[in-house]
Amino acid sequence: MTTAAIRTDQYTHPMVPGVREVLGITRETSDVFTLRLSGNDGSSGPSFAPGQFNMLYVFGVGESAISASGDPDRSQELIHTIRAVGTVTRAMQTLRRGARIGVRGPYGTPWPLAEARGRDVILVAGGIGLAPLRPAIYQIFRNRPEYGRVIILYGARTPGDLLYAKEIEQWRGRFDTDVMVTVDKAERGWYGQVGVVTGLIPRTEFDPNNAIAMLCGPEIMMRFTIREIERRGMASDQVYVSMERNMKCGWGVCGHCQFGPFFVCKDGPVFRLDHVSHLLGIREI
Amino acid sequence: MESLEPILKEHQFLKGLAEDQIRFIVGCARNIRYDPNQFLFREGEEASTFHLIRGGKIALENFIPGKGVVQVETIVEGDVLGWSWLYPPHRRSNDARALDPVRAIAFDGACLRKKCEEDHDLGYAIMKRLLYQILQRLERVRMQRLDVYKVG
Amino acid sequence: MMSLPPHRGKSDLSGNTHWILRKNDLGMLLRALREDGYRLAGPNVLDGAIVCGEIDGLEDLPSGWSDTQTPGRYRLERRQDEALFGYATGPQSWKKYFLPPELRLFSAKREGPGFVILEGESGLGHYGPDMAHQDSGIGHRDADVTNHRTGIVPYDSHMTQRDSEMPSQATRTQRNDPETTRGPLREASRKLALIAVRACEIAALRIQDHILRHGQHPDPHYAARREEAFIVAVNCTAPGGTCFCASMETGPQVEAGFDLALTELLDGGDHRFVVEIGSEAGRALLARAGGRLASETDLAAAVAAVQAAAGKMGRALDTRDIKTLLYDNAEHPRWDEVANRCLACANCTMVCPTCFCTTVEDVTDLSGDNAERLRRWDSCFTSAFSQVHGGSIRASVKARYRQWLTHKVASWIDQFGTSGCVGCGRCITWCPAGIDLTEEVAAIRAAPALSGHRKET
Repeated sequence: MTTAAIRTDQYTHPMVPGVREVLGITRETSDVFTLRLSGNDGSSGPSFAPGQFNMLYVFGVGESAISASGDPDRSQELIHTIRAVGTVTRAMQTLRRGARIGVRGPYGTPWPLAEARGRDVILVAGGIGLAPLRPAIYQIFRNRPEYGRVIILYGARTPGDLLYAKEIEQWRGRFDTDVMVTVDKAERGWYGQVGVVTGLIPRTEFDPNNAIAMLCGPEIMMRFTIREIERRGMASDQVYVSMERNMKCGWGVCGHCQFGPFFVCKDGPVFRLDHVSHLLGIREI
Repeated sequence: MESLEPILKEHQFLKGLAEDQIRFIVGCARNIRYDPNQFLFREGEEASTFHLIRGGKIALENFIPGKGVVQVETIVEGDVLGWSWLYPPHRRSNDARALDPVRAIAFDGACLRKKCEEDHDLGYAIMKRLLYQILQRLERVRMQRLDVYKVG
Repeated sequence: MMSLPPHRGKSDLSGNTHWILRKNDLGMLLRALREDGYRLAGPNVLDGAIVCGEIDGLEDLPSGWSDTQTPGRYRLERRQDEALFGYATGPQSWKKYFLPPELRLFSAKREGPGFVILEGESGLGHYGPDMAHQDSGIGHRDADVTNHRTGIVPYDSHMTQRDSEMPSQATRTQRNDPETTRGPLREASRKLALIAVRACEIAALRIQDHILRHGQHPDPHYAARREEAFIVAVNCTAPGGTCFCASMETGPQVEAGFDLALTELLDGGDHRFVVEIGSEAGRALLARAGGRLASETDLAAAVAAVQAAAGKMGRALDTRDIKTLLYDNAEHPRWDEVANRCLACANCTMVCPTCFCTTVEDVTDLSGDNAERLRRWDSCFTSAFSQVHGGSIRASVKARYRQWLTHKVASWIDQFGTSGCVGCGRCITWCPAGIDLTEEVAAIRAAPALSGHRKET
């Protein structure tokens, strides 16, 4: 189930990071920001597969597992969109151009872009869940003829929490892609949709017998989304979810990220639904 | 006047209804359009119609004194709108405002209720469909309440 | 059930298979190891328990001591004879030597707008004069006395060491020195000879090898230590009070993964050790210890003694279909019941020889200019273990106990191909509530819940 990780740095000890430079930091929303880090020179191919994550280290503070959210084929830059929720990510938010950050990775099982070829693709993102899906979107667009219908559904809490707003407009402008955006709570001046992202699913058109769904967002949002997706006739071996757990090492030896018998860091974070659906129903597993 | 039967048959909500059932209720229906910003109905008004939305977007909203207008959901093509027509006192719970040009079929609520009472098979078919719509909407509202993207 | 790569390979032992050593010969063997530059780690009596620590020779072994162990209780007792290995297991396992309770992974210092990693040393090389303290968890007899039972080094003693270490590291400008640039790790301290390793403990080491040494990213520190460790194993002739290695097929007979294996015999006042050779290194060492070839009678006595032990186990873990049993019973009421008794004290994970969970701590000195990353033992019983933003996934003790037991005896099989439990019984002995995992599994087996969420894996 695990694909080979693409390593760009050779580390003496797998817990020692490589040092990268912060090229820039952009504020996305009130608590979400994007870090652009120096990548490799492009000579060793893509620096990660969509869906994988890196362990980012802030000097003296700690590490956090963050999904890579840029274009894997533009490997001169390594991009991560990060929510400032804890000590480490808040410290990351204070980094400025020229600062250094430690990077270990990439780790994890990526989105099933190969399996999705020749099929309709439905991507459902909730909140910051759009960040780990964006690399998949880039790859799909880069190889657009290889896929059937492409549908992107994105829901966020409020209009102010929407990520990549300008880019989404570009995606929406494509004639070969259906993009729908909604917010749970409207704000003044919002003229778009209001309602949960699952409400968008009945409005999509795709062939449930020949489709792949990729879901990313809070676990509860994914559970609700699975219900709607299955109502459309998709089987659980056509649906993929991205899980999140506490991670310390990133490669299956610290024990923290276990989810049933799986290590989210290496058996995941992307899982095929039929392998994990029974676990999603068990409290505190 | 052209018959509305083909238009009724087309709408997602009535799919699967028999020809004679469609014919039975077509008399309660009229074709209706709304301009952007026009209200389909207001909170507190008598709920006399049941809408099947054929096109356009509608904001379901409430006005909160001091806060202003709060949109709780967006209704779109394929959806149904309103169920307060089913039970007394038949009063609307929200404002419904067209966001762009809206095309809809409006059923007279009293007429449709009477038809359902007269023909229980029809009544069952309508209620079954309506219940499913309400189930989905309830699920969405519950999910909205969970505030799933909130941190901490 | 075990299908792990052998430690050094079982020698083809036709002919000179088994030897007899007397106590003096064994003493010579230990001296020979020291002459060869090995540090000896073995059992000795300290603070009312038999613990693994650094020993000098034969005289440090717990001669004439045995232990009584029951759930939640451990006591040393004087034997009638002078058996050297007449006890079962102590609170510690050998894992602290290979997966130390604390390990410095790297240090870093600020440089300009960023920082540099000084070296990916994994705490192995310490270029100051004092190497003894580098390897925490080794049984010092002069320090850390209170913590021998847990193997956890108290934080403040480490703080002192780091303060004295830091300046020398910060000023180290040896980044161009081939010894200290990123490259093969340097082992500054001496290699280890483990004395009196039980079959269950060898099984545990091999289980950890599978995870830490043969995985996708082998731990170089662990691998280096294990590679050069010399193992003198001991076959158990009497099971401990909480042992169940027979049902886990990990003992009492040592099968592989050793250099020499001893079976202690005291019958008829003839105190001797039947020695089995497990490797060429073992054979070579044995040649320097004297002794004689074992007779058929000696061999028969040894075999009989170990077989007797196998038959005297006080408990067993029924492992039939154990994955299905636990996977299908995640909501069994027994979990709630054990949660009323479990204190989530994490003792079981600390004494368990296969538990491998660690955490990472990043610390700086007061100036904030020098940082270190430390790897520390961790336990799935802490609430922070499963913390994500917003809270812990496993907030309740019930969930944590269920996670630990299900992982240990069921999920481990899916993850690593074998059970994670070797039947050493330590978790039963050292649990303050006396929880016995064999009993917990039996309770679930006796009354499986009707519903289950099970997916074929």
